[in-house]
Amino acid sequence: MSNKNTSVFFDNDPQDATTTLNLGPTHPATHGVFQNVLEMDGERIVSGVSTIGYIHRAFEKIAEHRPFYQITPLTDRLNYCSSPINNMGWHMTVEKMLGIETPKRVDYLRVIIMELARISDHLICNGILGVDTGAYSGFLYLMEEREHIYEIYEEVCGARLTTNIGRIGGFERDFNDIAFAKLRKFLDKFPPILKEFENLFNRNRIFIDRTSGVGAVDPETALNYSWSGPILRATGVDYDVRVNEPYSSYEDFDFEIPVGTNGDVYDRFIVRNEEMWQSVRIIEQALQKIEKEPKGVFHADVPEFYLPPKEQVYNNMEALIYHFKIVMGEIDTPKTEVYHCVEGGNGELGFYLVNDGGRSPYRLHFRRPSFINYQMYAPMSSGMLLSDAIINMSSLNVIAGELDA
Amino acid sequence: MGKLSNQAVLHKITNRFGELISVPTEPLGLLTFETNKEVISDLLAFLKSDPELKFNYLTDITAIHYPEQELPIGVIYHLHSLVNNVRVRIKVFLEDANPTIPSATNLWEGANWMERETYDYFGINFEGHPNLKRILNVDEMTVFPMRREYPLEDPNRVDKKDYFFGR
Repeated sequence: MSNKNTSVFFDNDPQDATTTLNLGPTHPATHGVFQNVLEMDGERIVSGVSTIGYIHRAFEKIAEHRPFYQITPLTDRLNYCSSPINNMGWHMTVEKMLGIETPKRVDYLRVIIMELARISDHLICNGILGVDTGAYSGFLYLMEEREHIYEIYEEVCGARLTTNIGRIGGFERDFNDIAFAKLRKFLDKFPPILKEFENLFNRNRIFIDRTSGVGAVDPETALNYSWSGPILRATGVDYDVRVNEPYSSYEDFDFEIPVGTNGDVYDRFIVRNEEMWQSVRIIEQALQKIEKEPKGVFHADVPEFYLPPKEQVYNNMEALIYHFKIVMGEIDTPKTEVYHCVEGGNGELGFYLVNDGGRSPYRLHFRRPSFINYQMYAPMSSGMLLSDAIINMSSLNVIAGELDA
Repeated sequence: MGKLSNQAVLHKITNRFGELISVPTEPLGLLTFETNKEVISDLLAFLKSDPELKFNYLTDITAIHYPEQELPIGVIYHLHSLVNNVRVRIKVFLEDANPTIPSATNLWEGANWMERETYDYFGINFEGHPNLKRILNVDEMTVFPMRREYPLEDPNRVDKKDYFFGR
């Protein structure tokens, strides 16, 4: 060969032009139906546009045509990684509107289930974040624990993912002994596994290099974008609905709100892990508190809104009347409006309910944290590497069902 | 609850805006009042920047449709003062044909998608919005589906007839 110095690699691509990349809507790295049209300069993102609405199901319209108790299954399908929180947030909204006071035992049972749901939500998020940074094993350890949480749901309500757990006023049935046994077993087994997971990641050089400083957000920007939940707390803002406006007797519990400093992917990971420890603490306290409450109380005494047991419907005149009135929607409700929010897995999950006194809402609006948190994603991705943008999305924990409602 | 009472908040707002604030109520403890679209921008800016009130967190923007009212379309803002832990709800009612209201995107970046969603559902034109187009529904849609005149399902659709299912 005479001309040794000529390149053997011929590339006719213009190296100074940008490329358009269609990331999604069914990309395996996005864990859900998200489309982002990105303008790429090599591996670096120049700009991007998010397109959402791929699984929009018009829940707000459907809710205007359904009685209150039939809206619970709709809320299941918002954030389906922690559907009990959505269910109970909705029940508490209706209870707030109707002025129903729930017994303490019901509140504590709800707290147990909601904190389990928070753990399962954070398990998914942090497990997947590990997968996206290249560490698969942590995810597998955690999935086993999520299975145990789902078994507890199953014992309480019969369902696993879209739980439809509880009723307006409390629970459909009391927790049985197996549920409590499984709960105690979970509380024994889970902390060592979470500790092991943290040992794998928290001080892992590769993981820290990969996540630290990625997608860092300062608190002013986060508040300007109305962020809430773990990702807001990772920036250092200690806003948690459970503390700011305690619902379901959260004021009786002793727990801490972990906050981060940089608001980057690593801080969000650490905040979520720490929240799981706090959730375990809350559940342990709740189990102790339940011991002191009268046994067998699992719903408020509101016959106008809580369906009576079937045996009583068949044998008891009063129960039959209430059953009929609930199902036919013949009970007057107050003409008012209510905003109630709970701390969901991803942040402030709000229900704005306008009631005209009928059996279904006049207007129901869901303030969905994923929808509001996700809007910063495309602007903040500018200048990021594509691989960083992927883990940034994982750490935002955007759930498609909640994004699109 | 919060460090500031609803009365104190309302007092401060009426001192500044006087008659432009109407029908203050407190449904279930949340201070609610109405204003009009000429004032809403100034009001939101005042609430956000006032050193005592500090309503710096925009919780939500949504809308509601009352077809029988003279001004049928209502835009509803929920603001939250994280420092004082007080919430406030503001309503602005607009006319039916081409409802228009100034955008809040100059105050909060987070208002962007909330206003797009509200436009998508109710067809409210947010003036000054950088990118006001549909967000959840398809771009080809011609109606604003959350208005009351649109039924949940099209009664004329033919793909759900019994004979498709052997009935």
